[in-house]
Amino acid sequence: MTDTSLTPPAGAAPRAKTSLLREDAHTSRRNAAEKRFRMYGLIAVMCGILALVMLLISIVNSGASAFRQSYVTLDVYLDEAKLDKKGERNLEDIKKVSTFGYSPLIKNAVLSAMEENGIVIEGLSDKEAGALISKEAPATLRYFVLDNPDAIGTTQTFTLLANGRVDGYFKDRVTMESAALDKNTSPEQLMLADAFLEAGVLENRFNWSFLTAPDASGQRPEAAGLGVAMLGSLYMMLIVLVCALPIGVAASIYLEEFAPKNWLTDLIEVNIANLAAVPSIVFGILGLAVFINFAGLPQSAPIVGGLVLTLMTLPTIIIATRASLKAVPPSIRDAALGVGASKTQSVFHHVLPLAAPGILTGTIIGLAQALGETAPLLLIGMVAFVREYPGSPPDGFFDPASALPVQIYNWTQRSDPAFVERASGAIIVLLVFLLCMNALAIFLRRRFERRW
Amino acid sequence: MSFTKLAVSALAITAIGATAASARDQVQVAGSSTVLPYASIVAEAFGENFDFPTPVVESGGSSAGLKRFCEGVGPNTIDVANASRKIREKEIKACAEAGVTDIIEVRIGYDGIVFASQIDGPAFTAFQPADIFNALGSKVLVDGAIVDNPYSQWADFNSDLPAADINAYIPGTKHGTREVFEDKVLLAGCEASGAFEAMIAAGMSEDDAEDACIDVRADGRSVDIDGDYTETLARLDANPNGIGIFGLAFYENNTDKLKVATMGDVAPSTETISTGEYPVSRPLFFYIKKAHIGVIPGLKEYAEFFVADEIAGSDGPLSEYGLVADPELENTQMTVFDEVTMSSDM
Repeated sequence: MTDTSLTPPAGAAPRAKTSLLREDAHTSRRNAAEKRFRMYGLIAVMCGILALVMLLISIVNSGASAFRQSYVTLDVYLDEAKLDKKGERNLEDIKKVSTFGYSPLIKNAVLSAMEENGIVIEGLSDKEAGALISKEAPATLRYFVLDNPDAIGTTQTFTLLANGRVDGYFKDRVTMESAALDKNTSPEQLMLADAFLEAGVLENRFNWSFLTAPDASGQRPEAAGLGVAMLGSLYMMLIVLVCALPIGVAASIYLEEFAPKNWLTDLIEVNIANLAAVPSIVFGILGLAVFINFAGLPQSAPIVGGLVLTLMTLPTIIIATRASLKAVPPSIRDAALGVGASKTQSVFHHVLPLAAPGILTGTIIGLAQALGETAPLLLIGMVAFVREYPGSPPDGFFDPASALPVQIYNWTQRSDPAFVERASGAIIVLLVFLLCMNALAIFLRRRFERRW
Repeated sequence: MSFTKLAVSALAITAIGATAASARDQVQVAGSSTVLPYASIVAEAFGENFDFPTPVVESGGSSAGLKRFCEGVGPNTIDVANASRKIREKEIKACAEAGVTDIIEVRIGYDGIVFASQIDGPAFTAFQPADIFNALGSKVLVDGAIVDNPYSQWADFNSDLPAADINAYIPGTKHGTREVFEDKVLLAGCEASGAFEAMIAAGMSEDDAEDACIDVRADGRSVDIDGDYTETLARLDANPNGIGIFGLAFYENNTDKLKVATMGDVAPSTETISTGEYPVSRPLFFYIKKAHIGVIPGLKEYAEFFVADEIAGSDGPLSEYGLVADPELENTQMTVFDEVTMSSDM
């Protein structure tokens, strides 16, 4: 090596290079191989980044608009002749008027708003004008009237959702050309929306109800929100945390610190590693059999979802916890035992605190995995249309609820194109949650990690 | 394994302790994904107009829904199964074995099945029943002989159709729609084109000939879609010559992207389907457990509300969404009101 590379060639060309080093064929081949490998690695990383960027761009592109929504502010005359014919303000009588009875009031309100602002649109039927407002609006009105029966006979100002197609028009999803072909809207209706926007009756603003409202049926995509799904996911994560963390940590401490090393513990170890790789649908089948059919828990409830996800998360937590317990140097245990601590004291006073950051990280990553899971929920009835908010815990754990990934899955199946935007919006929300959880995991690891 | 068992039983025990009594107060529905949009519209309106909580509606397919329906009686089983086909003998038997004996069958209306292509693609406006069979059957009749399907373009067998490559996206075998497609389109086309008779004449039994008629060509011109209509729509977006099969409601929500094909010169719409002019349609049902009426609050009210004129009638929101109203809706209303079960009217 030394003599080949360091010997200057006899009668060398004078000072072509400043270095005396001359590479022989073998070395340059090795260097080239290294360069090539670095290139491959770089290309691999680039591919990954490119895929991620493409995914994010496509999701943000189609989903960002879900956070804005068109609202129409209308003065609605709550006609006594329609809402309370007897005029007695008896709540039972008022309840008899269904939401269908409220639709004409909204149509009249739109027509009077047109008159007030001097808007005349050729070829616009009264029905189309009324359809500018979401089908959710009659329910909004009815709830208001039931809460305030005295408001009947007066004119009240309401901020109502605009129809999904009108909303899509302001988001460039619907155009005049497509509206002409669409039986759910018409160019005239969109012209009215334009006129309302100019008159200040219609406005586009941030859509909080996307985060708080419950799901809505296929006829009113504009009203659909993530409220029930987020609450359901939150309840399930609480259950997973409360069940999986103590069980997982206790199991790992026992296996790692106390259990004798024999064929039984080896078998358990192999099985835990195996369970971590079992497809999640299997846990759903198990959940259906054990929690619903055997234990008699209600269907579609976060308690069952949480327990199923607990089973799914347990192996992940056990593996992470055991790894971080293993990473604590034996000298710490020996020192504790040396000064007279019992085995339990050495574990709980010294080993466990040092392993805590690793355990927390593993738990959070397990939770993040559980948050994005749909398959096991399919069999326990959580992939459903749920409109009622679950109650507050602990009773709320037994009420039906949905979950974030389930909501995304449901929305992608709906026929109205406005749900594509909703689904992408929900994906953004889910990604933000996952990002926060993973960031928390990294923060905890960095903040509390000890190195030896 | 022993560890998981331990964990499961521990969890189950805590769970049982936690639910002393979990009587359900909302109606639980599951079944066909075709009925799901209608059921969710009804559930939503029901929750808004009644003091009962909004029913929970799951999808998952007719067969899966009916299977869960037949699991037994009690608050841990579903109350209503939606189905895009009639309940089968086998399923009734399975139900009876599990104690679900009194079943109320409710027909809510009809669903049209339409053929549609990309809006910018060639117009398929002159379909006759035989055309779809000629395009997609695995064996067709050419010059009096049954041969493997030789056609590659629509114009090859019907000069009224565009000279475009045959590319069809049809529902996969797990869909209820596939059965209707086979019965009402392929088999009908097979008979109309004369292939059925030719097969019988060639010595096939009637059952074999029927099976041969509904056999779809496997050379890639017909693609099975196991996902939803949204997947079919995405496929069509990428292929201007493609033709896909949709439910009428899906088409009506996407009229700006899709162009509908006529069948025997009749364009599908709620009107032409209810009169029977447009041939490809099927009834939609839901099934109620009679034993749950009076136990689960709101169950009967939900069923009555579903078939009420203001909901399922020809001016109601379901018809607006694409359901073809049942001309005999009044009978259905009586069935629900009187709680007439299937066995008692047999």
